[in-house]
Amino acid sequence: MSLELVIVGGGPAGLSAAAHAQQLGLSWLLLESGPAHANTIQRYQKGKHVMAEPAVVPLRSDLPFSAGTREAILGAWQQGIAPLSGNIRYSAEVASISGSHPEFTLTLADGESIGAKSIVLAIGLQGNPRKLGAPGEDASFVQYTLDDPDEYSDETIVIVGAGDAAIENAIALSRNNSVVIVNRRDEFARAKEGNLAQISRAIEGDSIKCFYNSSVASIDAAGSVILNTETGETRINCDRLIARLGAIPPRHFVESCGIGFPSDDPTTLPELSNKYESNVPGLYVIGALGGYPLIKQAMNQGYEVAEFIAGKDIQPADHGILESMFAGLPFKLGVDETLALIRRRAPLFTDVNGLVLRELVLSSNLLMPKKGEEIFRKNDYTNSFMTIVEGEVDVETDSGKLIRLTQGQFFGEMSLLSGRRRAATVRAATSCVILESPRRDIIRLMNSYEAVRRNIDEHFIVRTLRAGLAPDAPADELLAIAGTAEIRSFRSGDVLFNEGDGADGLHLIRSGSVSVSRRIGGRDIVTSYVAAGNYVGEMGLVGQASRSATVRATVATESIFLKADVFMQMLERNDGLRERVQEIVRERLSENLRMEAQPEAGDLISFLMQQGLGEATDVLLIDETLCIGCDNCEKACAETHGGTSRLDRAAGPSYAQVHVPTSCRHCEDPHCMKDCPPDAIRRAPNGEVYVQDSCIGCGNCERNCPYGVIQMASGKEQAPNLLSWILTGRGAAPGKRQPLADDGEGKKAVKCDMCKDLSGGPACVRACPTGAALRMSPSEFVKLSKRVN
Amino acid sequence: MHESILAFRKRRYLWLALLVSVVSIAAYWIDDPQEPANGGTVLGYALGTAGALLIVWLAWFGVRKRRYASTMGTVQGWLSAHVYLGLALVLVVLLHTGFQFGYNVHTAAFALMMLVVVSGLFGVYVYLKYPQRLSENRGGVNRSELIDQIEDVDTRSRRIARQLPAEFQELVSSGISRLQFGNSMWARLRARDLSQVLLKRGNDYAVVANPGQEAALDWLADQQSRCRDPAVAALIGELSGLLRNKRRLLKPLIEDFRMQAMLEIWLFVHVPLTAGLLVALLSHILAVFVYW
Repeated sequence: MSLELVIVGGGPAGLSAAAHAQQLGLSWLLLESGPAHANTIQRYQKGKHVMAEPAVVPLRSDLPFSAGTREAILGAWQQGIAPLSGNIRYSAEVASISGSHPEFTLTLADGESIGAKSIVLAIGLQGNPRKLGAPGEDASFVQYTLDDPDEYSDETIVIVGAGDAAIENAIALSRNNSVVIVNRRDEFARAKEGNLAQISRAIEGDSIKCFYNSSVASIDAAGSVILNTETGETRINCDRLIARLGAIPPRHFVESCGIGFPSDDPTTLPELSNKYESNVPGLYVIGALGGYPLIKQAMNQGYEVAEFIAGKDIQPADHGILESMFAGLPFKLGVDETLALIRRRAPLFTDVNGLVLRELVLSSNLLMPKKGEEIFRKNDYTNSFMTIVEGEVDVETDSGKLIRLTQGQFFGEMSLLSGRRRAATVRAATSCVILESPRRDIIRLMNSYEAVRRNIDEHFIVRTLRAGLAPDAPADELLAIAGTAEIRSFRSGDVLFNEGDGADGLHLIRSGSVSVSRRIGGRDIVTSYVAAGNYVGEMGLVGQASRSATVRATVATESIFLKADVFMQMLERNDGLRERVQEIVRERLSENLRMEAQPEAGDLISFLMQQGLGEATDVLLIDETLCIGCDNCEKACAETHGGTSRLDRAAGPSYAQVHVPTSCRHCEDPHCMKDCPPDAIRRAPNGEVYVQDSCIGCGNCERNCPYGVIQMASGKEQAPNLLSWILTGRGAAPGKRQPLADDGEGKKAVKCDMCKDLSGGPACVRACPTGAALRMSPSEFVKLSKRVN
Repeated sequence: MHESILAFRKRRYLWLALLVSVVSIAAYWIDDPQEPANGGTVLGYALGTAGALLIVWLAWFGVRKRRYASTMGTVQGWLSAHVYLGLALVLVVLLHTGFQFGYNVHTAAFALMMLVVVSGLFGVYVYLKYPQRLSENRGGVNRSELIDQIEDVDTRSRRIARQLPAEFQELVSSGISRLQFGNSMWARLRARDLSQVLLKRGNDYAVVANPGQEAALDWLADQQSRCRDPAVAALIGELSGLLRNKRRLLKPLIEDFRMQAMLEIWLFVHVPLTAGLLVALLSHILAVFVYW
């Protein structure tokens, strides 16, 4: 017997598809590999508040969903799927999918096979937990997750794994239990620094016993585990075994079903039609795996995919939003026609899949500037990407010349790629229609479509050459040079070239930054810091034949590399270029001389670079010769931001009496922005990276920030009136407000917003009684280092 | 590298304070009242009013410092002005008194004011001197890192002690639990290490003062010298090395607490005396207008 529909995955998307399939009278079955519905949400901590973003999209599902606690949401779904439970099978892992529409065969891990006409993959991105791979791995006392460590006490618990999850579980459980941790290697190399310190201390202090270089040989159902250790086999009797071995990413399985991905990049999404159908007819992909990580979107897609499979054609839930977005446009076309028009007019989007383009437009703005109106201004920190759907714009270059861009062309890629401020002001030359797309979506598009990446890269190179080297060169000459240029990537600390190497070309720094150092008296002395948008390596080309200094990436950096002969040709063909380059060389030489005389200044710059400040745009530093440790900076931060300070003054390293506190440095290419499901982290035109109210509290940004400056915080009690506090002492002292017991809102990410909503600038700096707190950008570090001495 | 409170904006408030002083002295010089100079002459009232307003404004610094969203200047600017104008206040009030003192509420108010100013001057001194010393004392490591390092030494000491006889375990664990310094503001200021340790002497244990881990180190040296088992001696040597390390870490930590306390202690005088001064000022003014 063949079912009309098999749904794989029992998360929000799968459940919603199941509920609507039932409603439509399809014959269906849902297979869930875990023991319960919505495993990802089950794994949230108890009482976590789950948000219902994006607020503008209406819910379209037969199951209920609104913002609330994890328990309330899981409970509502439990109730909603109760009548369907006959068609839902838990602990049913699909091993493979074969055949084609309408005769698919799903083979389960236990060997059973199921026939289906259509299949919906709603398996999310979390993947299934990796199992132990040893006999007895499914014994009753073996588990692969841990909800609440406080549930267990006075047990002997064996934890297998060496990642953060294993360490965090081990430490939490060791409070009330006897814990043994089994590590396959001789150290905890994958763990975060804080976790590493904690586990090392716990092992040294014997509160946790650790078996290094050991693995699980087998598990005895009677309640013991046999380990292969360095000294041979060891048997441990235990009450519980928790394996935290990570998850198997679902991509391999998805590809084994025949679904194609446009590129190898791990962030790439599978190719889907606007009915969520993959390149395999009858095989549909919805939810996070299809690029929609938010619960509401996933549930909507579950509903819609059931409609499509039942042969109905409905408009997606976002139809109304696009309709109103397009309402003001001069084209007066329907939603699908307008989308087609955008694709037709902008060559960049020619090859982009319909669903992806729709999603891009949905997250974009449509600007309609009048003639002469400014679209963005030079030195703004915005980083959106602009595509001209209709009309023309003028780019104002430094030399005062205007560059005209016409319908179908794009601009804004300089800030997009380098993370730096806008390089030029752009104005509407006629009335325009411009699609302004968020950086995140364009980056994702570039990772998915090689053609889009190449197109944007080429324009970036041409425009950088024009801005930095040859403003008057004809476009075709620059395009030819762009064709020969290579984009080179460097990790933090990598060397671009060494002092004494042969000079083979010039690096235009496109993103990140580099430090230039020379070896003097047996030690490396940093002589300068070069930010994105500038070039290095010109000295070896105009003067000496070998490199006069070593250039190192201070953070992850990309450069455009021009070969020596190409650059020489440019020098020949462009009047004035040689003089400009020589002028820069002269400035750099005199700067070198000055810095060489003051090695301490170079050491300070090296120290600041080691703190990752090379990627900062605005950093809080503390002059230790003035700081009295009063923490008025922290109190000011807390009191102007709902009671939680976003900076920790005392933490962080110091060098030469310059202290780098734990505080946001507003990175050029913020790590925190990389994986924000509701896209709540934004950059304001003045450079402030801030968190919007649409934060869902997932904690990704907190984990992604390498500098530990984001916290998850809940609301705090109200501040008392200042004078009544001073006079009577009633209420919390400034900076000491207590968290509210339960404000029902859950924790949200909080970080420094540079007091962008306060007039007068950052409160931390203005509140410092001794003037020790100062904010600066990396380009001012050289100036700072001069003053230290 | 950055401007101190005294150097703030080319010492603009120093110039303002000097201007206030010069104007007051000139007025006092020129003024030729019918009676001996005192608070009751026209100039006396004028200087008194100026002084009272200055005191209220100076005290308002405590409020401004906590008005974190205020855009009225920066706290640093306010502090700079607070210091210079606070000094000018002494002159203004001195001229207001006409150098007449006695055993009364008026002179009491003056004395309180002088105490506030002197404690403030001490504050200026520590604010200028101590930050640099604090920073040099810690040598680029912050306080919690120092504490972490000490805890790390403790953990390693416990592990070694477990391989030695019970008296060594007692030495290590009592040394850790009886580590004591800086429990109160006073103890922090005195920078005394009040730690103790349990040492086995003969068959009994004795509680011994252990400042700078000295007693423990001496006891270990004694044990090591009498030890015949080279493996045990090596362990004792290792333990002794760890305790020396701990001593080296404790020194800057205790000093850090001392200097931080110095930066705070004067406020315990300055602020309550200011409150007292405001009360005395009020009684002085009431006394003048009600009972004169």
